[in-house]
Amino acid sequence: MIQINKLSKKYKDADFHAVSDLDLSIDENEIFGLLGPNGAGKTTLISMLGSLIKPSSGSFSINGLTYKENKNDLKQIIGIVPQEYALYPSLTAFENLSYFGGMYGLKGNTLKQSIGSHLEILGLSKFTHKKIDSFSGGMKRRINLIASILHRPKVLFLDEPTVGVDVQSKNVIIDHLKQLNADGTTIIYTSHHLNEAEHFCTRIAIIDHGQLICQGQPKKLIEQHENAHNLEDVFLAKTGKALRDHA
Amino acid sequence: MHKLWASTYKEFLLITRDIGGLAILFIMPILLVIVITLVQDSTFKTINDTKIPVLVVDNDKGNVSHEILENLNASNSLEIVLKASEKEVVELVLSGKYQLAIVIPKNLSDNLEKKVAENVDGILAKFGLEEENTETTKIDIPNKEIKLYFDPATQRSFKNSVKSGIDRMISKIETQTIYKAFQEQLTDDGSEAVFETESFISFKEIIPNKDNQEVIPNSTQHNIPAWTLFAIFFIVLPLSINMVKEKTQGTFVRLRTHPVSYATVLGGKTIVYVAVCLVQFAIMLVLGVYLFPTMGLPELDVSGKLPLLFVVAVFAGLAAVGLGLLLGTVAKTQEQSAPFGATLVVILAALGGVWVPVFVMPGFMQLLSNLSPMNWGLNAFYDVFLRNANFSEIIPEIGLLFLFFVVTTLISIIYNERKNAV
Repeated sequence: MIQINKLSKKYKDADFHAVSDLDLSIDENEIFGLLGPNGAGKTTLISMLGSLIKPSSGSFSINGLTYKENKNDLKQIIGIVPQEYALYPSLTAFENLSYFGGMYGLKGNTLKQSIGSHLEILGLSKFTHKKIDSFSGGMKRRINLIASILHRPKVLFLDEPTVGVDVQSKNVIIDHLKQLNADGTTIIYTSHHLNEAEHFCTRIAIIDHGQLICQGQPKKLIEQHENAHNLEDVFLAKTGKALRDHA
Repeated sequence: MHKLWASTYKEFLLITRDIGGLAILFIMPILLVIVITLVQDSTFKTINDTKIPVLVVDNDKGNVSHEILENLNASNSLEIVLKASEKEVVELVLSGKYQLAIVIPKNLSDNLEKKVAENVDGILAKFGLEEENTETTKIDIPNKEIKLYFDPATQRSFKNSVKSGIDRMISKIETQTIYKAFQEQLTDDGSEAVFETESFISFKEIIPNKDNQEVIPNSTQHNIPAWTLFAIFFIVLPLSINMVKEKTQGTFVRLRTHPVSYATVLGGKTIVYVAVCLVQFAIMLVLGVYLFPTMGLPELDVSGKLPLLFVVAVFAGLAAVGLGLLLGTVAKTQEQSAPFGATLVVILAALGGVWVPVFVMPGFMQLLSNLSPMNWGLNAFYDVFLRNANFSEIIPEIGLLFLFFVVTTLISIIYNERKNAV
């Protein structure tokens, strides 16, 4: 489904590679977790796969499509849920979703039904015509997700989709993502919630300093590490306990 | 097409939700055009309601001073305030209470008559026409000076116009006195007219017209197009701020993950913001036609010109939107786009002749003014309003405005593609 070959990214004026010679293969219908400390290169990797930034070297393909050759086809089959609430605060939930759905080419009843069903599932139906600037963080997070899945993407990239939300919102989001996956969407997501990733992902990869440290099914990775009781133990064993502050 | 429509609708929603911003977009130009037109109206009025009070000290009290006072009164733009002492008027002018004081010297009439009589006698003697037994005795007559005291804050243009007016008046009085002296010397019959003392050369102001449609320029016809154009170009600010906001909100980044071209995104903005420009223009026309007459200002004459005026407004709007799109694409923060946009619009307006007519600018600035889209727009509006131009005659100006829109939009698209190339 997703083939990544020797993918690297070095930002202008940076001293090091954000992503360095990364090889990775993600199968169809996986829920793949990209884990790593701050500055490990998770967001950079997702941004490259989502066609937002240009790789310095290497290549990747999604469902056999490459950005250079099939830009619009590629964009049509992926969805990206950014870390920030990328929404228009002065527009209502419906207006935001109509617009972003429209940009995927959806229109008429198809668009309305897609918006309605997602709002219903994520518990936002009664706020359909409320402006986004009156929404709580958890509600915005859910609208942020819906805006990227209205067109039923084959591959969904999520950059920390549950950061800063309450437990209830987090559960609703995770449940909905599981349902999307069950319906055939491959999910690639980053998170710092290792417990969440351990239970949600079918496979994970830990990256640090832009390089792949290890990958595999969460349970197997835990079993492979002595004294590891959970994914967090594996994570700390692989990435160390030193703080990762960058400026 | 559907994506363009969705983009347009979103822009429409965004702009209508920002009531404060929308109000500024419409109220700002309305206030601007009303205030400027009221201020400038007297410049264009042929019959002026407001008179400038002028202090006069008449130390002469003779024919000449009488004539000067009559002429000043007849000018209709000055109101004579007679005072007794020079010291008093100097203090009043210095204090800024009056802009001008005229002090007519003592014995001006008497001395002028004597001086002229002396000169005429001399001339006639040269021609041998002087009566016999007349002795020409030369009297020492000092030159006379009419003093003009100006408030230091008075504008040079006002000073120049007063000085040249008084100069003309004095020349006329001198000439008439000379004619009168010759008349007295050449004939004893006071009723016999030896000379025609009326001016031989005069001038008449004629405004060239077309198709027998006389157009009389007034402050409304000059100010409505000029300040409407200024307001239209101010769309650069909200448009560029709107685009920078999309970048900082993250919505622009999200859009880049969608299968939609930057041209489509800009297309939606163009449609909505050009529509805003047209609404601004329509409001200004309504002001000129209906509100101005109730304020004592000249009515805007749009009869038979509306379609062409809107054509010019569309192209001016496109040029303004093109500039806004470029600024919004290049700027990274509102701190960059807002001050730069405002300064740029003011510079383009100054160059374009919105404040000062291009023909009074120095040569180099006149050349530069040709580069300002506001100059093209203003000329097109004046062509329609004041020169009764038809569509083919405004093609050069609206063509330039359209070219400006195309070039700025293309640069925006190319810049965006290169900056975000993947």
